[in-house]
Amino acid sequence: MSKGLIVTDLHVSIEDKEILKGVTLAVEPGKVHAIMGPNGGGKSTLAHVISGRPGYTVTGGSVSFDGHDVLEMEPEERAALGLFLAFQYPVEIPGVTNTTFLKTAVNAQRKARGEAEMDPMAFLRLLREKAKLLYLPDDMLKRPLNVGFSGGEKKRNEMLQMAVLAPKLAILDETDSGLDIDALRIVAEGVNAQRAPDRSFLVITHYQRLLDYIVPDVVHVLADGRIVETGGPDLAKQLEKTGYAEYAGTAA
Amino acid sequence: MVSTIETVETVHEFTGAYKYGFVTDIEMDVAPKGLTEDTIRYISAKKDEPEWLLEWRLKALTLWRKMEEPTWAKVDYPKIDYQDLHYYAAPKNRSDGPKSLDEVDPELLATYEKLGIPLKEQEILAGVVAVDAVFDSVSVATTYKAKLEEKGIIFCSFSEAVHRAPELVKKYLGSVVPQGDNYFACLNSAVFSDGSFVYIPKGVRCPMELSTYFRINAQNTGQFERTLIIAEEGAYVSYLEGCTAPQRDENQLHAAVVELIALDDAEIKYSTVQNWYPGDAEGKGGIYNFVTKRGACRGKRSKISWTQVETGSAVTWKYPSCILQGDDSVGEFYSVAITNNAQQADTGTKMIHIGKNTRSTIVSKGIAAGRSDNTYRGLVRVLANAEGARNYSQCDSLLIGDKCGAHTVPYIESHMPISTIEHEATTARISDDQLFLCRQRGLSPEEAVALIVNGFCKEVLQNLPMEFAVEAQKLVGISLEGSVG
Repeated sequence: MSKGLIVTDLHVSIEDKEILKGVTLAVEPGKVHAIMGPNGGGKSTLAHVISGRPGYTVTGGSVSFDGHDVLEMEPEERAALGLFLAFQYPVEIPGVTNTTFLKTAVNAQRKARGEAEMDPMAFLRLLREKAKLLYLPDDMLKRPLNVGFSGGEKKRNEMLQMAVLAPKLAILDETDSGLDIDALRIVAEGVNAQRAPDRSFLVITHYQRLLDYIVPDVVHVLADGRIVETGGPDLAKQLEKTGYAEYAGTAA
Repeated sequence: MVSTIETVETVHEFTGAYKYGFVTDIEMDVAPKGLTEDTIRYISAKKDEPEWLLEWRLKALTLWRKMEEPTWAKVDYPKIDYQDLHYYAAPKNRSDGPKSLDEVDPELLATYEKLGIPLKEQEILAGVVAVDAVFDSVSVATTYKAKLEEKGIIFCSFSEAVHRAPELVKKYLGSVVPQGDNYFACLNSAVFSDGSFVYIPKGVRCPMELSTYFRINAQNTGQFERTLIIAEEGAYVSYLEGCTAPQRDENQLHAAVVELIALDDAEIKYSTVQNWYPGDAEGKGGIYNFVTKRGACRGKRSKISWTQVETGSAVTWKYPSCILQGDDSVGEFYSVAITNNAQQADTGTKMIHIGKNTRSTIVSKGIAAGRSDNTYRGLVRVLANAEGARNYSQCDSLLIGDKCGAHTVPYIESHMPISTIEHEATTARISDDQLFLCRQRGLSPEEAVALIVNGFCKEVLQNLPMEFAVEAQKLVGISLEGSVG
């Protein structure tokens, strides 16, 4: 059984328009991969397809995680397997407090894995401990999910969900967008604190900035539906200077 | 009402079994089909009613015959043949019903399971056994009634009250909902079967939540229920009606009347969870629930608060209202109405401001799924002397899927310039983004809908007494099963 995430020759369309035109990549446990690239290159599509968002048609290729055929699974089954997506635009759920939402999520995943529900007091301790690390005040845990949160609070809240759910693979979909430098640092620290030998990350970003704080093991450039270049952390720095212009014409 | 039943069981254990104490009339009595003066005389005689009450019923029949069935509600159902119904049936012969839970529809049992209803209670709900066969109602009732009687509280069936407290019944019956008020209330006035009677004396705060479960022979009174609650000066009572578990009934037509009277400084809190059988996915076989509920805040600074969670019935027609007569009196209406499949609900409230500085609050949450239609219909009327009256209304609708309908029909009439009326309304749908967020975090589509809808109704659900609130939350999820995915 192959550990980690393996994407093989993945082709994806939205309403007959091909967005991903054969993406192949492998993220081993414990590694941090960054995906960079121009807007419209397919970065978010890749994140969504891996996590099972409806509305995409997979026309070819495969995605496996720890040996499971992910594309055959419902989104909630993927979540229980340990796949987590930090959203670019976290949505509001009025009337549902942050705490209730996370407790429901934790217990739904535990149930799916055949584990007992978490003791409510133990859950609250865990939640407070993780919130503190992200400098989230206690009152935010009692507020309805994302309702009235600032952009920075929403993203930090995504990091809180990640910390509490403790996934095996976390996909960060442009988590840095709309963050000021302080919020960016807090988010990055949140990620770094979560780095572990059995946890991998797929960090999707348009800018190199985030990668100053979350240093990746591997950097991929995704443009026009294909991985056009793969390298080490230096690749990101180089892109910061040159931009994505050289990949603009790679479409066949 | 799981916790209540547990209380009953505990009491039962303490008081010991009392095997032969039933007061149920076990003769098989069914009035012949049809509605005539004879039917009413039959019912009245069965209940050994005084002459004045028979006359009162007969007067209602005379009025009803001149009335037309209302058609203004946004509901559609086949024409009811009122001459083809039974208007009186004594408690059912148990031998007709299922003999054990093995004979009961597995789907129904699965729902009970999800609600966490104890086995004994499941047997009652499914009609395997009668309430009084499982719980020794007499001893339970004695225990609780003793406690209530100490404080001078009367809590009994309506029929019993006619004999125990005839003056109160005579004084207040029909004083809030007169016989000729509307078609269904008028029908109820003619043929009402039974219901609850509550009287809280001056200055008394009722020490417990009163619920129909404590009443003997609570079963089989569902069809034409008649309830009367009187709170004297400074009294307080919280009354719970209904049950979160789906209840089946052979009588398709339900037309209940509830009258509340609050005198100076009195407060009545009335909570309902209505989960009558909604019919199959096509709506076939479901209950028609045409209810008139109205409270009169007669006294100064009195308060009446309605909280309802309506999830059952094929057709619901119901507008719990407040007549704010006393100066500084307060009316509240908190409602969650959920319709799924082919259900139709036309529900709301009326707040009639008569006294000075009267205040009312309306919070309505309508959730429509499947092919259902969900209508909020409400009236806020401020009369010419109601100086300083204030109303705040909030009507939110949530749509699930693209085949259902949500409608908001607010009527506002103000005859007093020095008054404030606010109305807010929103319509939203459960977005794909919200659903996906929940599923990405591990929730099934059904868990996701339950969570989102519970959030949407939170303001209302938190007004329910604790023991009801937890079950109501589960019920919200269960009512919407199959609405997504």
